[in-house]
Parts: sequence; structure tokens; C-alpha cells
Amino acid sequence: MLEQQLVNALSLGCVYALFALGFTLIFGVLGVINLSHGAVFMVGAYAAVQIMTHFDLPLWAGLLFAFVSCGVLGLLIDFLVLKPLRARNAPHLIPMIATIGVAIILNNGVQGLFGAQNVRFPADTVSGESLNLAGIHLTALELGIILLSFVLMAVLMLALKRTQLGRALRAIAESPKAAYLLGINVEGLFYLTSFAAAALGGLAGVLIGLYSNAVFPLMGQPMLHKGIAVIILGGMGDIRGAMLGGLFLGFAEVLSVAYIGSTMRDAVAFGLLFLVLLVRPKGLFGTVQERKV
Amino acid sequence: MSALENFWSVYSNLVLTLGTNSLLALSIWLTLSCGMLAMANAAFMGIGAYTSAILSMNYGAPFPVAIAAGMAAPALTAFVIGKPTLRLSGVYLAMATLAFGEVVRIVVLNAESLTGGALGLNGIPQATQWWHVLLAVVAVLFALWRLRRSKVGRAFEAIKEDETAAGLMGIDVGGHKMLAFVLGAAIAGLAGVLNAHLTFFIGPNEFGFDRGVDILTMTVLGGINGLTGPVLGGVILTVLPEALRAFGDFRLVVNGVILVLIVLFLPKGIWDPARLRQWFGRKGATA
Repeated sequence: MLEQQLVNALSLGCVYALFALGFTLIFGVLGVINLSHGAVFMVGAYAAVQIMTHFDLPLWAGLLFAFVSCGVLGLLIDFLVLKPLRARNAPHLIPMIATIGVAIILNNGVQGLFGAQNVRFPADTVSGESLNLAGIHLTALELGIILLSFVLMAVLMLALKRTQLGRALRAIAESPKAAYLLGINVEGLFYLTSFAAAALGGLAGVLIGLYSNAVFPLMGQPMLHKGIAVIILGGMGDIRGAMLGGLFLGFAEVLSVAYIGSTMRDAVAFGLLFLVLLVRPKGLFGTVQERKV
Repeated sequence: MSALENFWSVYSNLVLTLGTNSLLALSIWLTLSCGMLAMANAAFMGIGAYTSAILSMNYGAPFPVAIAAGMAAPALTAFVIGKPTLRLSGVYLAMATLAFGEVVRIVVLNAESLTGGALGLNGIPQATQWWHVLLAVVAVLFALWRLRRSKVGRAFEAIKEDETAAGLMGIDVGGHKMLAFVLGAAIAGLAGVLNAHLTFFIGPNEFGFDRGVDILTMTVLGGINGLTGPVLGGVILTVLPEALRAFGDFRLVVNGVILVLIVLFLPKGIWDPARLRQWFGRKGATA
């Protein structure tokens, strides 16, 4: 049974990683803890459910629609809320508080429009068949989530490391002012990052909504809490760290449920986070920056 | 007079919640004023609430004893976790304290024999009178006002501005941070005790992540540069959802919009004397 638990842990870890990739991207570049990411994630799931049930479209269309609509939503949030705050040089806690407001708007707006009840994807969206490898079950959806999260991580890491765009983004992460002086289109790249992060959040929303078969207005909140734990574990703003942190959390949770009991599942996640921070103040995979006077 | 009595019978809970929320906002203001973003206040509030509720329900402890224990227990907890936690800074401290809060919530959830688990504790004696809350707010405000003007308060200020420089000037950075953390926990515990003996019921989910973020929102929205801001923020965020009842299903959407607008137009908080002066100054110039 251990093998099956490990596979379950892998897919759960990839679920967390998928959510955390967008979350960590926006922190890495914009320096904002975007507490509306969970709400954007939920909007993605709703967008896909709505378009798939009303127009009888297949899953890929739902994913595409969620990607684009959440990307546009991310752009809007950046343009209407984060950009004015950047322009005012607001103190660092302020953008975070603003995104709490955005999350309240989105969560309650969706609840007002579609009600608080659980909505579901059309029944035959993904095949229920599961691969059977040496006694280990793996559904097509789990396989898709695992592959997609690894591919996305690889693409993001390569893009950040090897391309001109990635170098520009890393320069901004270091210092937006210096990047601007070097002729980098800082505002444009902020927009691009907001678009990409929110679009990834939307994708994650659809996949995780399918995975847990539950789409409801507050589905993003527990994910947000886990996502925060993941990017802290992995080191904030670090793409590879988001992946490793997600996997770490997935394994910790599944194994604790298997060997300790399901009631303590969340206590294990956050207890571990607490302990890890005490031992390694910048996360498991983060690098410690010493301040020089 | 009867109109007033009528108002009181409908809104007394809301009015007293203003007081407890102001206390919570002040408790996190204290750690912020020492440059620490510690977000365990919801958990400290919960520890205080549960300690006092269990004391008065199971052991028939008089209210003053319950209050004292409800302040001492979170303060002690803060002292124990403060040593390793306060080495962290910035968002890492925030996350460690939030994580600690989640652990507390889940422990409370699972210690069913003592805390009632997910069902919470029901039938806590309603010992909180309106003047208890008023007295608590005034006493805490007075104490914090004295503290700000004392040597300790100036040390907090110095640590907030630049920790390294403060250390080089001979300020005991670790000790002062610990003091702010422990005092903040005691104030949050006091709010928890008063709230528990007011609302008759407490459950573990009242003290979770969202509550922790709420408390921070009140303080930052109000303004962290003085004592007026947190109280104002606590009052506004408590009254706002009630005042927006006319919007029906979408009232919390309006609530969120107002929150974003306040943040956009008053980034230093609602209580921002310099900006108020600037606004009134402009009016004066055109007149």
C-alpha cells in the first residue's frame, strides 16, 4: 500500500504546486503577497464550469476560457489596484490588504451570482478510467495534473533563466528602479506577470475543481492557506521552491493521514511549516540573505 | 428614552463587539509598532477565550479570575514561542505566527473532551457588562499611550525604524520585541475573554486564519502611526457590514469595494493627520 500512498502524495503535491506557481511568481516579481490568488483560482473553476455546461464544450475549451478570463482578471486587478499603489509608493503591507479586499469582492460576488452551493463539472468531463501500473491506480486526471505541473515548472524556470524576458524579470525582482534605468519596460512586465500568474491560477482552479469534484465560492480559501505554506516552505518567489514545497506538503499530509489519522492532517502541515521556519528561517529551499550594515 | 433602550436591546452586541475588535486591533498594533508583523493574535484571543470559558464553566471561577487567567495564558504561550519565533523577520515571522495559529485551532478542534471540538463551547455565563468593555478599552488605550511616551516606547520606535541601528545604540532588541509580543498576546487574550463572556458561545473556527487577517486589516486600514488608527479601523470594519444590509446578497461585495477604495486613496490608513491637513489646507487655499 505504501506505493499507492506515495502516488497519491505525488498527485496531491502537484495540485499544491500548480496553485503555488502563480502565487510565487507574483511575489517574486511584484513583491506582493497576493491574497486574492485563491479567489482568482475559484473564478477560473466557475468560468470553466459555466462555459462547459451552457455551451456543451469539451474540457480543453473550458481550460482555455479559464486561462484567458482569469488572465484578464489578473490584468484588471493589477491595473485598478496594484498599479495605483505602486505609483504611490505605498508601504509594503498595503498591497496585501488591498488584495484582501479584492478577494472579498470576488468571493462574495460569485456567491451572489451563482449561490453558495456546490456546482459540478458535466459528469463525463474526464474519463473515470485509471491506469493500473503494478497494482498502483492513477487516474487520467491525476496524471494530467502531475505532468502539467512539472511541464509548467520547467517552462517557467527555463524562461526565467534563459530568455531575455526572464532576465528582465529577474532584474525587476532585484530592483524595479534599476531595471527601469536599464531600459526595461517595467510596467509592461508587471502586467505580463499579473496576467500569467492569474491565468495559471485559473488553470489550477479548473484542474483542482475536477480533482476534488467541488466548485464553490470559498474553494480558494483553504487552497490559499496551503499555498502560503507551500511558498514559504519552498522559499518565497522561487519557482523550483514552489514545486518542492508543494510536493513536500503533499507527502507530509498523505503520510500523516495514513499513519497518524486524518484529523491531524492540517495540524501536520502547519506544524511542519512552523518547525521548518524555526530551523531554517528562509524556508527549506530559500537562500538566506544576510543584511550588511 | 425608550428609543435608546430599543436601540440598545438590538445593537448592544454590535456596540460591545466594537470594543473587543478595537482591543484586537490595538493588540496587533503593539507588535507592529515594534516592527514585527506577528499574526498570532487570533490564536491568542482563542487561547484567552477558551481558558476563561473553561474556568468559569467547569470550575465556577469568578469573572476577575477568568479575566486574569485569560490574559495570563496567552501571554505565557507568547513567551514560550517568542524565543525561537521572534528571530524571524518580515513575512516569515507573519507566516510562522499564522502557522502557529492554525496549529492552535486544530489542537482545539481535536481536544474534544475539554473544548467541545468543532461544536465549540456553549452556554458560557454572560458576565461581560458594557462598562467592562469600555473600561478595558480605556485602560488599554491609557496604558499604551503611557508606554509610547516612555523609554520602552521610544525603544520600540527605534527598533521599528532600524533594528540593527537600535541594537548598536545599546537597546536590548530581543527583550523589547519579546515584551511587545507578550503584551500584545495579553491584550488579545483580554479581548477573547470579554468576547466569550458576551456571545455565550465560542468555536474553534472563530480564531482561524481569516480572523487573523481581519485583525491585521483593521489596524492597517485604520493607520498604524498612532493609537487612534487601530480603534477607528476596528470600529469601521465592524460597522460596515451592518450598515450595508440594504445591499442584500451583494453587501460584502460593497464592503470589499470600500476596503479597496480606502486602501487606494488613504494608503497610510484612515487616520492620517498629515493628509487630512493637506486636504483641508487645499480647501483653505482656494477659498
